[in-house]
Amino acid sequence: MAAPETTFTGNRGLQLEEPLIFDQGRPGRSGVDLPAAAAAAGDRLGGLERQGAIGLPGLSEPQTVRHYLRLGQKNYGIDSGFFPLGSCTMKHNPRQGEKLARLSGLASLHPLQPQSTVQGALELIDSCAHWLKVLTGMPAIVMSPAAGAQGELVGLMAIRSALEARGDARRRVLVPESAHGTNPASARACGYAVESVAANGRGRIDMDVLKEKLGSDVAAIMLTNPNTCGLFETDIIDIAQAVHDAGAFFYCDGANFNAIVGRVRPGDLGIDCMHLNLHKTFSTPHGGGGPGSGPVALAESLAPFAPLPYVAHGADGFLLVEHEGQGGGKPLGRVKGFHGQFGMFARALAYMMSMGSDGLRQVAEDAVLNANYLLAGLKDSLSPPFEGPCMHEVLFDDRFLAGTGVTTLDFAKAMIDEGFHPMTIYFPLVVHGAMLMEPTETESKETLDQFIDALKGLAERARKGDVAYFQGAPRLTPRRRLDETLAARQPVLRWRPAGDKTVE
Amino acid sequence: MRYLPLTDDDRRRMLAAIGVESVDDFFRDVPESARLKEPVDLPRHSSEMEVERVFTRMAAKNLSPDTVPSFLGAGAYRHHVPAAVDHLIQRGEFLTAYTPYQPEISQGTLQCMFEFQTQVALITGMDVANASMYDGATACSEAVMMATRINNRAKVVLSGGLHPHYRDVTATMGRFLGLDIVAAAPDWQGKENPARLVDGETACLVVQNPGFFGHLRDLRPLADACHGKGALLVAVVTEPLSLGIVESPGAMGADIVAGEGQSLGNALNFGGPTVGLLAVRQKYLRQIPGRLVGQTVDTDGRRGYVLTLSTREQHIRREKATSNICTNSGLCALAFSIHLTLLGEQGFVSLARLNHARAVTLADKLAALKGVEVINETFFNEFTLSLPKPAAAVAEALAGMGVFGGVPASRLDPERSELEPLLLVAATETASPADIDGYVGALRQVL
Repeated sequence: MAAPETTFTGNRGLQLEEPLIFDQGRPGRSGVDLPAAAAAAGDRLGGLERQGAIGLPGLSEPQTVRHYLRLGQKNYGIDSGFFPLGSCTMKHNPRQGEKLARLSGLASLHPLQPQSTVQGALELIDSCAHWLKVLTGMPAIVMSPAAGAQGELVGLMAIRSALEARGDARRRVLVPESAHGTNPASARACGYAVESVAANGRGRIDMDVLKEKLGSDVAAIMLTNPNTCGLFETDIIDIAQAVHDAGAFFYCDGANFNAIVGRVRPGDLGIDCMHLNLHKTFSTPHGGGGPGSGPVALAESLAPFAPLPYVAHGADGFLLVEHEGQGGGKPLGRVKGFHGQFGMFARALAYMMSMGSDGLRQVAEDAVLNANYLLAGLKDSLSPPFEGPCMHEVLFDDRFLAGTGVTTLDFAKAMIDEGFHPMTIYFPLVVHGAMLMEPTETESKETLDQFIDALKGLAERARKGDVAYFQGAPRLTPRRRLDETLAARQPVLRWRPAGDKTVE
Repeated sequence: MRYLPLTDDDRRRMLAAIGVESVDDFFRDVPESARLKEPVDLPRHSSEMEVERVFTRMAAKNLSPDTVPSFLGAGAYRHHVPAAVDHLIQRGEFLTAYTPYQPEISQGTLQCMFEFQTQVALITGMDVANASMYDGATACSEAVMMATRINNRAKVVLSGGLHPHYRDVTATMGRFLGLDIVAAAPDWQGKENPARLVDGETACLVVQNPGFFGHLRDLRPLADACHGKGALLVAVVTEPLSLGIVESPGAMGADIVAGEGQSLGNALNFGGPTVGLLAVRQKYLRQIPGRLVGQTVDTDGRRGYVLTLSTREQHIRREKATSNICTNSGLCALAFSIHLTLLGEQGFVSLARLNHARAVTLADKLAALKGVEVINETFFNEFTLSLPKPAAAVAEALAGMGVFGGVPASRLDPERSELEPLLLVAATETASPADIDGYVGALRQVL
């Protein structure tokens, strides 16, 4: 007998429907038992006690555990399967990092304990910084930025501080059109005007265009290398020279450091400033959208402007410099509460120590090998816009779908039914219908072979004209395509109790 | 190496399939001078056991607040986190997922964020909340930038009760954006009236409740004063548990609430990662930075969730976005949400009452010590002591006796000599009656 079309519950075996917590709560129910409070001598709330109920639902512990377990089953993570999301480096997240970051002597530390009681924690930050400095070949690193985008902003702030210190107010930042959206947004947040730089036919910066745009008003160029087309900027040393000749700084977006870690040091390329995403190259978990961590490596010329706080070596051990005047330099201020994403430093350091100098070099080699293997396996079925070899990610456009009626989005949704997380789509913006695949080094040849076979099959199906199949995909997921237009036109951003007439 | 599945045989076969001799061929676009021939100067790979040994050694060099009575606060609070929270956030489906750009296979994260947004809106008394920010300090600076966009003004007034890190982060952002940031002097007595600094040029007034020094304040007169001048009131909350018994900023007229969510579900982590909260009035929805999850339906008409209103965000709008923020603090927000689900209304309110009771008990006992003055008339779970000796030295001496007695105010503002005798003392549910008595005895000895 075939599977039933519908069920009485709406569940389909292990695909379980799960209502909102607000539809499950009952007054008087709680998942926490608390010790009885001894009666205190009156309250000190000064008459500011909350009036009226909050409206939080009450669930017991078993209901709570089941709720989140069921919701988790509707998610696809790296642990679920192949996740070739370009520019995001979805590599395996070692569980050792989770264990070690939770050691009581690390996870339970208060950020404002006396420094004499956190020497091990300061040593951990210093060790993590040391590994990152050696890997980037750069003399200084700012550990406090909370994520890559904040790292970009801090790097630009350091550049602007250095320029202003020499009395050189410049107003423009150059950003290639293939850049991540955070680059222009960060430049704007640092008070700069943004100017776009076009790519050449080989997916790289056009040197002639760049030289034309460089001038005494340009503060910096922000370049991703390897770039978002998955290509190494062959002219990078000449670019650095031209940028420096114009009196500007060279910012490198280090989102794609996984391709070159242990094989190339950005400091050797003339880069002045580069952020690292610890949640990419250094395998800290993405967590469904954070927390990240975005340390920024700085050249000597920018190091004096690094923000507070930072760890220094004092006479009696490690010293956390929290205020201007406690250390040298002209710090640009503070950019985050407390001392940075310490829990992420612990995970990243555990990962770096596990891989070691030899293993990290192997990471870059395997990541690049896996991407080129995908390119070789798919180049005849899909359409690569640029000549290979690629670095750690491989870009295709939608020419192979021309005339089929199938779009990049449809193709991606059909991949979901095959059990894969789709690649990054419609980014970078420089090719039509972009499909950017980053396999990472933590995938086996068997997984890549299965993926290649599946994509070849889908490409063949598209060419045969089965448009309806693609437009109806995905069919096998907890939800099918969702109406994003409706969500934006009539925003419902929270639950409201029945009878609440508040219009959003 | 345990994280790398390719064998040497795999590599050979893959290179052959690609048609190149060696992996070096892939790096031919790298300038010759920049190609490293050997591994960099760092230790070689290590086993899990070896790495664990190093970490255990580093952890043992620290004095963990798990092992001694701890009364540290100042924007980071030690609470008991139920075991279920940490178990659930380590499930691979949450831990190893990405930003939910493919909603059909991300309904778990999306529904959790929708519930989180609702919980934050409920406890703050606001209409809507986003799916989180990096931390409280950056949420505060984003709230300020948002206010300047809304009324197109450049002057920002910061109360002297605002956490110094929040003040400093906002000042840094403001300097680069050309804002006029007016920061009042530290208000350790809880007597300031920052409304007098608000004028017709002011974008917003930022006030923290409970304040950095623990004082509670009625926001209603400040809201009225701001609105009378066309300015917004930004309320900052660094201890969200206070919202269990203290009137919400929304009910007292705040326009934007920026907060730190670490208290719920999250370990102290030496200060990070934590989770920033941002909630606003409905009318300011399209100026809010960061991710938002909205409800919709799928092609079969079933309820589902998607990221929405992304035309505010950097990946669509680039330099015209409301913020450069991309990653938020997803997993920390999930921990916050799970903890609040476990607590429910009853648990949340009871836990807040328990914190307040412990703090009142401690304050009364400390006030009886000779030379010790409790500055606050009002507080939630944290208050300020004035000591007859420099507070930093007292805190250091107490730590030597195995008690974390509080945070010296001078740690955050060392150049202000009037703060030297002041110690911020927090008592949460983790401070047992025995801990409280131990602290009182130790402080008596140190003084």
